[in-house]
Amino acid sequence: MAFLGWLFMIPLFPAAGFAINGLLGGRVLPRKAVGYVACGAVLLSFLVSLGAVLGLGGAAQLPAAPGLTVDADAHRVTQVLGSWMPMGRSASGEEMSVDWAFALDPLSAVMLLVVTGVGFLIHVYSTGYMAHEPPPAHARFFAYLNLFMAMMLTLVLGASLPVVFVGWEGVGLCSYLLIGFYYDRMFDEKTRMSCADAGRKAFITNRIGDVGFVLGMLTLFWATGTLDIQGILAKVGGLPTGVCTAAALLLFVGACGKSAQIPLYVWLPDAMAGPTPVSALIHAATMVTAGVYVTCRMAPLYLHAPGAMLTVAIVGALTALFAASIALVQTDIKKVLAYSTVSQLGYMMLAAGVGAFSAAAFHLMTHAFFKALLFLGAGSVIHALSGEQDIRKMGGLDKHVPWTHHTFVIATLAIAGIFPLSGFFSKDEILWAAFNRSPILWLIGAVTAGMTAFYMWRLYILVFRGEERFSEEARHHLHESPRSMTVPLAVLAVLAAIGGFVGIPGAIAWTDGMADRFGRYLAPVFEAGGAAHGHEAVHATGLEIGLMAVSLLIAVSGLLLGWIFYERRPEMPALLAGRLRGLYRLLAEKYYVDELYGKIVLAPYYALCRGAFLFDKWAVDGVVNAAGYVTLATSYISVGFDTYVVDGLVNLAGYTVRGFSWMFRKVQTGFVQSYATAMIFGIFVLVSVYLLSTGH
Amino acid sequence: MPVPPSHILVFSLLLFAVGVLGVLTRRNAIVILMSIELMMNSANINFIMFGQRLHAMSGQVFSIFTIAVAAGEVAVGLAIVLALFRNRDTIHVDEVHIMKG
Repeated sequence: MAFLGWLFMIPLFPAAGFAINGLLGGRVLPRKAVGYVACGAVLLSFLVSLGAVLGLGGAAQLPAAPGLTVDADAHRVTQVLGSWMPMGRSASGEEMSVDWAFALDPLSAVMLLVVTGVGFLIHVYSTGYMAHEPPPAHARFFAYLNLFMAMMLTLVLGASLPVVFVGWEGVGLCSYLLIGFYYDRMFDEKTRMSCADAGRKAFITNRIGDVGFVLGMLTLFWATGTLDIQGILAKVGGLPTGVCTAAALLLFVGACGKSAQIPLYVWLPDAMAGPTPVSALIHAATMVTAGVYVTCRMAPLYLHAPGAMLTVAIVGALTALFAASIALVQTDIKKVLAYSTVSQLGYMMLAAGVGAFSAAAFHLMTHAFFKALLFLGAGSVIHALSGEQDIRKMGGLDKHVPWTHHTFVIATLAIAGIFPLSGFFSKDEILWAAFNRSPILWLIGAVTAGMTAFYMWRLYILVFRGEERFSEEARHHLHESPRSMTVPLAVLAVLAAIGGFVGIPGAIAWTDGMADRFGRYLAPVFEAGGAAHGHEAVHATGLEIGLMAVSLLIAVSGLLLGWIFYERRPEMPALLAGRLRGLYRLLAEKYYVDELYGKIVLAPYYALCRGAFLFDKWAVDGVVNAAGYVTLATSYISVGFDTYVVDGLVNLAGYTVRGFSWMFRKVQTGFVQSYATAMIFGIFVLVSVYLLSTGH
Repeated sequence: MPVPPSHILVFSLLLFAVGVLGVLTRRNAIVILMSIELMMNSANINFIMFGQRLHAMSGQVFSIFTIAVAAGEVAVGLAIVLALFRNRDTIHVDEVHIMKG
């Protein structure tokens, strides 16, 4: 219980780590201290989270502590830290405000432990992986990573949509910062895309989704008068289906952006420009699952919008299939994993779309384990080969990097869905739920599972088996990664192997106590909100076991096919690629989606920009310039009037005076005698006039 | 038999005319001063003539006054001419026109 009161501190620890490393790291703190601060902050978060989650187990029995609200039915504890946006009273007299509030329930508990736990392991791994970075970049990396953790935890714990949105945008920012971490390097020579460009692409693509998220949020606020998640979910039952569908679809647009679903998935493969631990933490295990998390969080809303549910399921299924097919032929180790991530996120969305929200959360968790492990393993391989990422230049690494090799095998088998590794259980739960909804969705999921097994085994063989194709120079530096990297790999391998046992399906559980513990743990979340536990409605044990066997068969045959293609008959892939040249090109070029977007979105957008520029240049500037010219012309006229008319009159007066003066000056000769002459003449005249006028 | 007044008046008129001509035409400042004396004296003759004709002494008294004033005036005039000569090395009035406009 004590830990539940510390809920708000969970995001604060990494935030403090961010502040310390951001302000002091690189200049004041030595490299080791930066690593300790970053890892320590996340470890503290993890420990407090663990305490809080354990405390939550008994929350229903405990009385509400000060500052905490306990909802026993939903198994939820809410901590209100303060008012954020007080908005007065609504028309119906309800107090409207948005609080800084954190909520912990089984769903956020799962996310919390995954984020802090996997996050901590990746932080530890990063201390090894980033050891060769110069001090400022090293500190910057860990500061960003900590900031990401703080934002992700805010997202997970947020009790109202605006708080979730703060985290949502925060992780987007960190994603951008970390994708563009090597901002001065080129990422893709062919398209001349720099790492900074890749970061921008991710940020802008996410922005499109975020618009949907904000609109969805506003729709819900308009419809329910509150932004508190539980407040909204309590009211969705009374809303018309149309409003629910609109809000759910808008939120799903946001989820599409964050969780890389069709049509907004294009940023995730390019997000591989970031350092590999970033790919593991942000672009595989945590941030990209935020869309799935929010969809699960809003489950009751989706259940009131069947149209939106169907959309989610279809988009998820198509994304899963589409991305898996691209992953079949990629040659960059991280690109394969990136498309695999997109595909697995599609799986989760499919689960959410068919109403199996706990299955989505389950797969989210197991995926976090094995995909983080795969990325970290890939990072370890890249590290060992001095930065090589092309799987055609790898091979035969099993002897050189045994730890990486063993953990990678476990992760590969886990994602392929081999019994009894974690991926088997979560994937199977999704497939079972999909089958109950529609066999077509099941088929898409099953085909995807086969492809997943194939491309993962292909990746494994090309990297670790066969002949050594790497350069002599790479061989010279070849080494197993340091302890700080292999230990997290080992821990994740254990989790990836046994993580599935928390959700053993009822059909094959030995005892009732073991059956679907994960689903039962999450059940209060979805049941209290009015959401039925979708796939539990149908129980046909025989069919379920049969489908399990089929999907296992598919996975094994995928692996077998991969083995045949790349180990037994290495000439086969080239032969097949030659035979199906068009299809191969289509897949290798990722269905030309980037080019398509360039044509139908970017080109018109750029044209619009150019048009706006020309409008600005000619119309707006033209009007401004015209005003200027008119003023100028008026000024010329004014100057002319001033010069010739006003000044002319003044000068005329002057000239007149001067002219008269000129005349009178002539009289002033300076000769006294001329004056006297004039005087006498004058007297003469005067006297003459006098005499003549008087008549004498 | 007394001289008729008209003769005296004509005489004084001629004398005045000579003085005026002298003032107007001569260049030498001293000659001009002398011409002024001529005009004054023509006036004096008129005073005396009318004084005698009207049996009044005031005509002669005025003449005495005039002669005294003329003496003063000449003293001032000659001083000006002297100053002029010292400054300009000339007493020709047509060479002195610093007051020309």
